[in-house]
Amino acid sequence: MTGKQKKMLARIIVTFVWFIGLLIGDKSGAFPWIGQFPAGFIAYLLPYLLIGYDIIWKAARNIRHGQIFDENFLMMIATFGAFGVGEYLEALAVMLFYQVGELFQDHAVSRSRQSIADMMDICPEFANIEQDGQLVQVDPDDVEPGDVILIRAGERIPLDGIVVEGTSMIDTAALTGESVPRKASAGDEVVSGCINGSGMLKVQVTKAFEDSTVSKILELVEDAGSKKAKVENFITHFARYYTPAVTIGAAILAVAPPLILGGGWGEWIQRACIFLVISCPCALVISVPLGFFGGIGAASRIGVLVKGSNFLEAVAEMTTIVFDKTGTLTKGEFKVTQIVAPDGDEERVLRLAAYGESCSDHPIAAPIKAAYGKPVEIGLVEEGEEIFGHGIRAKLEGKTVLVGNRKLMEQMKIPYEACAGTGTVVYVAYDGAFAGAIVISDKIKDGAKDAIRDMKRVGVKQCVMLTGDRKEVAQATARELGLDSVHAELLPADKVDQVEALLKQQPPGERLAFVGDGINDAPVLTRADIGIAMGSMGSDAAIEAADVVLMDDDVQKIAQVVKIARKTLLIVKQNIVFALGVKALVLLLGAFGVANMWEAVFADVGVSVIAILNAMRALKIDRPA
Amino acid sequence: MKKKFRLQDLDCANCAAKMEDAIKKIPGVHDASVSFMMQKMTIDAEDDRFDAIMEQVKACCAKVEPDCKILM
Repeated sequence: MTGKQKKMLARIIVTFVWFIGLLIGDKSGAFPWIGQFPAGFIAYLLPYLLIGYDIIWKAARNIRHGQIFDENFLMMIATFGAFGVGEYLEALAVMLFYQVGELFQDHAVSRSRQSIADMMDICPEFANIEQDGQLVQVDPDDVEPGDVILIRAGERIPLDGIVVEGTSMIDTAALTGESVPRKASAGDEVVSGCINGSGMLKVQVTKAFEDSTVSKILELVEDAGSKKAKVENFITHFARYYTPAVTIGAAILAVAPPLILGGGWGEWIQRACIFLVISCPCALVISVPLGFFGGIGAASRIGVLVKGSNFLEAVAEMTTIVFDKTGTLTKGEFKVTQIVAPDGDEERVLRLAAYGESCSDHPIAAPIKAAYGKPVEIGLVEEGEEIFGHGIRAKLEGKTVLVGNRKLMEQMKIPYEACAGTGTVVYVAYDGAFAGAIVISDKIKDGAKDAIRDMKRVGVKQCVMLTGDRKEVAQATARELGLDSVHAELLPADKVDQVEALLKQQPPGERLAFVGDGINDAPVLTRADIGIAMGSMGSDAAIEAADVVLMDDDVQKIAQVVKIARKTLLIVKQNIVFALGVKALVLLLGAFGVANMWEAVFADVGVSVIAILNAMRALKIDRPA
Repeated sequence: MKKKFRLQDLDCANCAAKMEDAIKKIPGVHDASVSFMMQKMTIDAEDDRFDAIMEQVKACCAKVEPDCKILM
């Protein structure tokens, strides 16, 4: 609690004790003077001033500034009105109750602000740098790219860089939500904001602090609040008209019925006061952005940055998701996925291919050599020759080895077994006979299939894949993943057209997301309703253009974000309906003289507190079952 | 030029919305946002008149919520 809140609490306690004393004295008949004008009035006025002086002061000051319809003024008028009609007890109680509510509200807001701040506590405080043989702690801002910094176990990595010395396990949970630590040793890149788990690391800094990952994330999250969702804009607009409307209603209620119907003014003024108390739109104005803030916070806790409330809202309405294949659904690295050996000796096929490709720098050579895993003795290979568009011919241990596509086998008149594998098929022949085939393909990401299934489960109707790859490969991948449709052999520009076409088919109120990672994707990311980019592998340009960033490139997180977004929106809607509902009800009851001032104060601060508590639920993450 | 400022004692969300509205109406301000949650204000305004505009912004805030201070 802050000093201000403590002072308020003290005022509330003193007033409360006083109030109880008066209440008992009144009801028991011990204070017969309580209902009479000067004595009773003063007995109530003193605690009233103690609890409400700041409200009256603020109201007076704001009127001077031309701000008439603020809550302070309304509370002042309402309670003055109660004093005026002789309801001393009610005037004091209402002011007291109002202040209790305000304190609660203040406390709830600062608590939620704190928990969000804690969650975003990824900002490093210092960097250790060696100066003249001495280790000095400096501000990360003062470290230049190229400097070597030292990070001890347990410290936060202050700047992005490359490890030059040491090995350690790095805890990336703060950025990615991933609890399994990542290993880092010399040559590996480390990202600021992560925690160095076990060993000491010497890191050469590659980016200045203001360009580092941490600074960028913090900036994104802080800016997130400024992009407002439709509901949020609606509420601020609504608030602008709501208060004056209710105040005018109150004025009419106070003046019209007594004039028309005749009779007592006191009763109607009291009803008008109830209107005034309810007229503050605070519950709505606070709880809606707070809910979104919580939702964005929850998303960042699982390693997904949402760049604004409007995008969180859009994610909740997402029904179509378009993937760029390479790097999102597949790993983007080519690997040997299948070896066909008619005689069962797969090792031999691989060995022949590796030796055959040893003198080649064709893109398929690297994965074959990697799969073979053993060093190739260059001396064994002779007369290596590349047959353009077909493959390789070389002499291994005196005999001819052929490594290449179908055309090579046909040209060399070697009977071969056609392989139906998906990907690039490499045929191998040795000494004039077919030895086997190797299939090289891009591997599907772990969890990509589950990701698609989860997305379907949370209500995504259509999953589409776009790729520049060959049709057969694309279709096989789509089948395996359970995608609804696929568009293959696309040029980067075609991707924009495809997304445009899909956007046109979209029924209103539904949203389309595009998931990508490369620079080529930037135009598509911008064009889609929601651009989702891969964070750690993705390019800066893609992250800049995206609306949602997956920090650990895990497509499974998308379904989780949809859930968070839906929950957030539900909470926000609950709050709006609840707050407006209670207010409308109490207004109605108040107009007919059924509701009293207590209920009015509840409709104001009580509703605010409940709405804030409800909004805080958005911050909690439901663990996937 | 875009600049961020920290706010102190910004106590009510409705005031934040009112401030934002008022600041946006100052001539020379391209865009402004007042975040009640972050207790921050972002002002995007004309470069050469930024300081003069900031004076107006300050006056604006003082009018809506006199307790709230802009930390420069």
